[in-house]
Amino acid sequence: MGELFWIFISAMLVNNFTLVMFLGLCPFLGVSGKIATALRMGLANIFVLVLTSVAVSFLNAFILPSAPYLGLISFIVVIASLVQIVETVIKKLSPTLFRELGIFLPLITTNCAILGLATFQTNRGYDFVEGLFFAFGAGAGLTLALVLMASIRETVELADVPAMARNMGLVLILAGSLSLAFMGFAGLFSS
Amino acid sequence: MSKTTPTQDLVSGIWKQNPVFVTLLGLCPTLAVTNSVANAIAMSAATFFVLLGSSVLVSTFKKWIPKEVRIASYIMIIATFVTFADLILAAVVPDIHKALGAFIALIVVNCIILGRQEAFAAKNTVGRAALDAIGTGIGFSIAMLMMGSLREVLGNGTFLGLHVFGPGFAPWVIMILPPGGFFTLGVYLLIFAWWKGRKTATVHPRRWLHEVTAEAGD
Repeated sequence: MGELFWIFISAMLVNNFTLVMFLGLCPFLGVSGKIATALRMGLANIFVLVLTSVAVSFLNAFILPSAPYLGLISFIVVIASLVQIVETVIKKLSPTLFRELGIFLPLITTNCAILGLATFQTNRGYDFVEGLFFAFGAGAGLTLALVLMASIRETVELADVPAMARNMGLVLILAGSLSLAFMGFAGLFSS
Repeated sequence: MSKTTPTQDLVSGIWKQNPVFVTLLGLCPTLAVTNSVANAIAMSAATFFVLLGSSVLVSTFKKWIPKEVRIASYIMIIATFVTFADLILAAVVPDIHKALGAFIALIVVNCIILGRQEAFAAKNTVGRAALDAIGTGIGFSIAMLMMGSLREVLGNGTFLGLHVFGPGFAPWVIMILPPGGFFTLGVYLLIFAWWKGRKTATVHPRRWLHEVTAEAGD
């Protein structure tokens, strides 16, 4: 149990997908303008991450041992189809949620965090349960980073910054400071 | 067909439409593997290869790819080239392959590549698509090198492993850690924004107010 807990904490804080491993930067910079949208994007990501983790566990167990060179191609096909299925199901079950998620759902396909999860899970040889905890941790970390960033940006929006900082430059510097703060979690493991 | 000249296709991606600094695409590799110049070069070369290969292939097959499944088809083509690049790097430079790790696989979801297929290769002839891919590839490599050299020189005191400062230099370790990636790109963007603002100097609202009140005071 302790092992699983550490996989979760490691994926969420110590090796935060966005701020430490630079995965999923597109939504991190693109949709972190408002807290509500950021939270929704984060939850959608957790959902897809967990589904992907399950699918990748099956691929790793049954298909890839006999055809290892197909890894990357099968992952991306599985992710694209998963997102498509999720989109269709949500559209059918809850049109309201579908409208709220809007363009974010299809964009999850090209989110590096999802493919990154598939690759890391394979490289580290996680089994089914470990993979699930890894996916939950990664998703929670992503959501945490998105929401933190959105809260900072909502505050900074009203600040009077120099003209040259009224673009992505400032956002990146803010992200750097957040990342710096997350480096502090690296000490968690040695204790 | 595009209304641009072949030269424009080639040049626009290098600086005016630089994929990293101007359109802010493909940030994951730009920040993640630029902690040393060698990694940046390997990553640029791999991305260049994948971009050129998929642009040529997509523009060749554009008539036969159905519109409904075009994105999926592009991704499959890109994934095939990435698998090539992955295996080639593993065979030729195993050390760098190990350092880049999962980020080679992540070239598949690099928005620069998919973006060029959708925006250019799918609508233009093979030659034009190749020129565009070369231009964008060079632009990406320049950005990667700028990031990589600044981070390695400041963070490690070396350039491609050679020491550039005297023995008294204390490396800014933060530059090769993750926050350094954000800071470096942020600083570059601030500098470019400042440069652009200087060229198209407009009156700042507050300065304008200040001048007006100063004049009124006179």
